[in-house]
This record gives sequence, structure tokens and C-alpha cells, in this order.
Amino acid sequence: MTLVLEQLLNGLQFGVMLFLLAAGLTLIFGIMGVINLAHGSLYMVGAYASAFVAAQTGSVWLALLAGLAGAAIIGMVVEVVVLRRLYARDHLDQVLATFALILIFNQAVTILFGRQPLFVSVPPALNGSVQLLPGLTYPVYRLAIIAVGLMVALGLYLLINRTRIGMLVRAGATHREMVRALGVDIRLLYTAVFGLGALLAGLAGLMAGPILAVQVGMGEQILIMTFVVVVIGGVGSIRGAFFGALIVGLVDTSLRAFMPGLLRQVMTGPEADALGAGLASMGIYLLMAIVLLVRPKGLFPAHV
Amino acid sequence: MSDSTTTDQTLNPAAPAAPAYGRSLALLALAVALIALPFFVQAIGQPALVPLATRVLIYAIAAASLNLALGFGGMVSFGHAAFFGIGGYVVGILYRTMVDDTLFLGFIPGTDQLLITLPAALLIGGLFACVIGALSLRTSGVQFIMITLAFAQMLFFLFVSLKAYGGDDGLTIRRRNALFSFNTRDDITFYFICLVIAALVFLALWRIVGSRFGMVLAGIRQNERRMAAIGIAPYRYKLAAFVISGMGAGLAGALMANYLRFVSPDMLHWTKSGELMIMVILGGVGTLLGPLLGAAALVVLETVLTGWTEHWQIVLGPILLLVVLFTQGGLNGLLGRLGLGARHD
Repeated sequence: MTLVLEQLLNGLQFGVMLFLLAAGLTLIFGIMGVINLAHGSLYMVGAYASAFVAAQTGSVWLALLAGLAGAAIIGMVVEVVVLRRLYARDHLDQVLATFALILIFNQAVTILFGRQPLFVSVPPALNGSVQLLPGLTYPVYRLAIIAVGLMVALGLYLLINRTRIGMLVRAGATHREMVRALGVDIRLLYTAVFGLGALLAGLAGLMAGPILAVQVGMGEQILIMTFVVVVIGGVGSIRGAFFGALIVGLVDTSLRAFMPGLLRQVMTGPEADALGAGLASMGIYLLMAIVLLVRPKGLFPAHV
Repeated sequence: MSDSTTTDQTLNPAAPAAPAYGRSLALLALAVALIALPFFVQAIGQPALVPLATRVLIYAIAAASLNLALGFGGMVSFGHAAFFGIGGYVVGILYRTMVDDTLFLGFIPGTDQLLITLPAALLIGGLFACVIGALSLRTSGVQFIMITLAFAQMLFFLFVSLKAYGGDDGLTIRRRNALFSFNTRDDITFYFICLVIAALVFLALWRIVGSRFGMVLAGIRQNERRMAAIGIAPYRYKLAAFVISGMGAGLAGALMANYLRFVSPDMLHWTKSGELMIMVILGGVGTLLGPLLGAAALVVLETVLTGWTEHWQIVLGPILLLVVLFTQGGLNGLLGRLGLGARHD
């Protein structure tokens, strides 16, 4: 029972990480209509910037600041230099251009930091574990990630639904031309939204640092899963991104944890492990295919 | 959400009506160049260029097939590596089954005859494309891009987990498939086999695009609703095009497995789908010879840049970016505007 609870917490933690990425991706897609494959690169930039500053200064707060600012600034530069020219193009051009950005980012990071993964230690204040239930201890750091993720979700909800900027964002997502016609500086709004998305991606990246290895290619692994989240949740919908991320996080984590065990009941050890891992990796894609077949616009479509 | 299918009037794949004089001359020159290539590179003492050209041809087959769905049909498939990899695994599994002297699935004997493995790859690729396409085509736009990606990823992880067929490590094919009494191991022989097959594929695609079917497909790409209104069911036409496209990719995969004498889940990875898309876009979407140009450009670029610097992608990235941002219609369009290319509109 405690094992199941622990895996559920792991799933929740993975889910909120996915949400941080998916929120930016879905906003960028919903408002500007751009498929941004390079979103994973911003996640990587956040992780590297934070890991580098942490290693140089030893300060957790400076590292946090570096990760957030690095990702946001690079994101806005990318928007102004490249993506701005792609808004009116079709999806094909966007896919190719952002794929090219991935190549550039990956190689630039390789040149700057080498191929060796960087290891980041958990901030001392968040080190250790707490006992949640009798028999269930859980790392504080992961709990902190869950808390940060949920707070960001709440903050985004308030920002989108309760502020003037949020109103423009919502309006931009459904009636882009109308917002422009009403005299809103849409270019500034676009850059701001892109910066916000990049900031969230950077936040996810810097929080992932101590859990995963910070390495080139870390962005692509999570990018594809983020796309799954966005599509399951409904493109352009923050609410969809939130529930989609939690569903994907929980499903993926529990499949990975329990699938090999289930298969071992009917097969021999190593083969069951290999097949179980494979089937677990397939799980979320299967989930996405089923969701799309039943509800082609996703679970919480933004454009009604 | 922008609907790409209604806007691109510029890429109108007109009928390959009576080919212009200059164009047939250009095609003839291309054919002569491709036939003379292995002898020429031997004469200048660069025999290593023959395998390189073979790779270009194989990727050109895959990219041209993808282009039928992507360029002519307006279906942006981000999962064509699935069919490419499936084709490769058909060759790999049939070979392994033959070597082990067992029966695949209990009733299919193995073989290493190219005349059997290639049609088998074609068929199985088409079969998978039929199933994946039938499901995926219920969606459109971004959802279509993502669902094709999802199916390809599923197959990727399936093959990663199949330890019986090498799992992560892939399958080694000790000898290339046999064709009559040719020595397929010889690079030049294999080049010509690929050249003949590529020529047949391009011929078939040319005929398809110019046929009534191709016209309907182009119509659907430009305005699906209008085609439905004049009494054509778009779904069937799109599915048919998707299946043909998958068959071509499967064929290319089978050739690639033979070329490398190796097949691994890498062939199904999503970056491979991306690469194929890059070739199509680089060469020119919705043009017949574009994918050949794109494949050649990407493979040659990669080879040249790798020899030049370990960080070749830092050069490739900006080149791709410039092509997307500043050329309309890829290399083919660029050549066309310079008055050289094989534009066919």
C-alpha cells in the first residue's frame, strides 16, 4: 500500500513538472499558433544555467534566478529573432525551423559544457525525507516540487482568469485578429507570453536538475511527453494542460512501476522486465491515441 | 489554429502534362549523371562516394513517399519513421528467421531473397500505414501531427522491448539480401539496384500525382470541404495516399536495412521522422524531384560537415533555419527561380 502511495506521489511530482512545460507550450500554441519543438531546449537552458551558477557561486537563490532569467531571456530572444517570422507560416515550416533550433541549442550547450552530464545537489534546506504516514517516508525535495507546481498552477489560473493580461491572453487564444483589431499591441503580448512560457520551462528544468542528470538531449525526452500532455488536454487550454499533465504523470509512473511486476507473473524475469518497460513507455502514447480517437480536440478543448 | 490545407495555393502540383522540352532535357541529364556517377567517382579515385550516393537514393525514396502524404495530400505525418523502420525490420526478421531456421509467428519461413523481402516490406509497411492512417485521419491539424507521432513512438518502444529481435541493440544482417546471381555486397551493384528501384518509385509517384486520383488529392489538400461538396469522400482518398506513402517508406527501410546490414529501433525514432520531413521541406514540398534534392542536400551536408567539425549540427541548424525563413519552396523553388530547376507548374 505504501508502495502504491509512493508511486502516486512520484506520478504527481512528474505530472506537475510536465504541467510547467505544457502550460507554456499550450499557451504558445493556443495564442500564436506555433508548434514550438524548441520548448524542450528552453527547459535544458534553465537546467544548465542554474546548474552552472550553483556550481560557481554555491548559492541556491542565485541559481534559481539564473535558471529562470536565462530561460526567459533566451526564450524572448528566440521569439524576436526567429519565431516571430513563423506565425503566419504553416505548421511544416514551424516544425522545421524549431527542429533547427534544437540542433543549434544542443550543439551550443555541448560546446559550452561538454558531453558529460552535470550533477546538481539538492538544496541543503530541502535535503532529507519526512514521514508522511507510518511507513511512508518521502523526500522533501520532491514534495517541494509538487508544492511549487501546484502554486504555479494556481498563480496561472489567477493570472489568466482574473487579470487584464489574462483577459488579453484568453481573447488572443480564441479571436486573435479581433484582439489585434481592437488596438492591442499583439507583438508585445506575444513576446511576453513566450517569455512566460520559457520561464516556466526554465523553472521545470532547474527543478529537474537534482533529480535527473543535466545533459544534452534532456529537453527532447520530455518534449515529446509534453506534446502528449498538450494534445490530451486540448491544445491551447491551461486547464487541459493541468489535468493532462497529472493524468500522463500518474499513468506513466504507475505503468513503469507496476507493469514489469505484473508481467513477471506470467513470464520469466528478464524478458518480463524488458517487455514491461517497453509496454510502460508505450502506455501514454496509447492513451493519447485513444483520447484523440474519442475526442479529437482533447479533453478540455480551448476553442469551442 | 491555422489550417494549412486551405492557404497554400502557391504549391500547386499541376498535372505532369506534356513535359516541356527543357524539362525532359534536365531529367535526361539527371538520369545520365546518376548512371555515370559510380564510374566517374571511381575514375577520380573516390570510391567511397558510391555508398554515399546509395544512401541519398534510399532516403530520396523515403522522402518522396512521405512527400505524397505531406506535400500532395496535405497530411503532415510526423511518424513516417515507423514505416521506414518496419520495412527495415521485415528484412531483419526474415533474415534472422532464415538463419535460425525457425518460423516467424509459427508459419512464416525466413528468406534472404530481395525479390521476396522488398515486396514483403512494401506490403507490411502499407498494412501498418492502413491501420495507423485509418485511425489518425479521424483527426487533422496539430492533432494529426501528434497522433502519427504517437503511433510511431509506440512502435519504437515495442521494438526496443522485443528482446527476441535484439531490443535496443538491433539486429545484424550478416549478408545483404540476394538478387539473382548479382553480388549485392559490391557497392556499385547495390547502387544500381537502388537506382532502378528509386527510378521506379519516382515514376510511380509521377503517374499517381498526375492521375485523376492525384488531382482529387490536390483538391482535397486545397479545400477539403469543397471536394466533399462535389461528391468526393476525402477520407478514402487521403487514406489511400497515406497507405501508398507508407508502402514507399517501408520499401526504403528495407533497402536501408540491406545497405547498413543492420536494423535497430533508431530507424523508428522520432528524430528520423524529423529528418525525413527536413528532406522534404528542404527540397521543396509538393514537388516531384524536391525530395531527391533534399535528401542529397542533407546527406551530403551531414557528411561534409562531420568531416569538418565534430559539432556539425551547429552549422546545419542555421542553414536549415535560413532555408525555412528565406526560401519559399525549398531548394527546388530556389533553383526554379534561378531558372535551373525542375519546377513543374
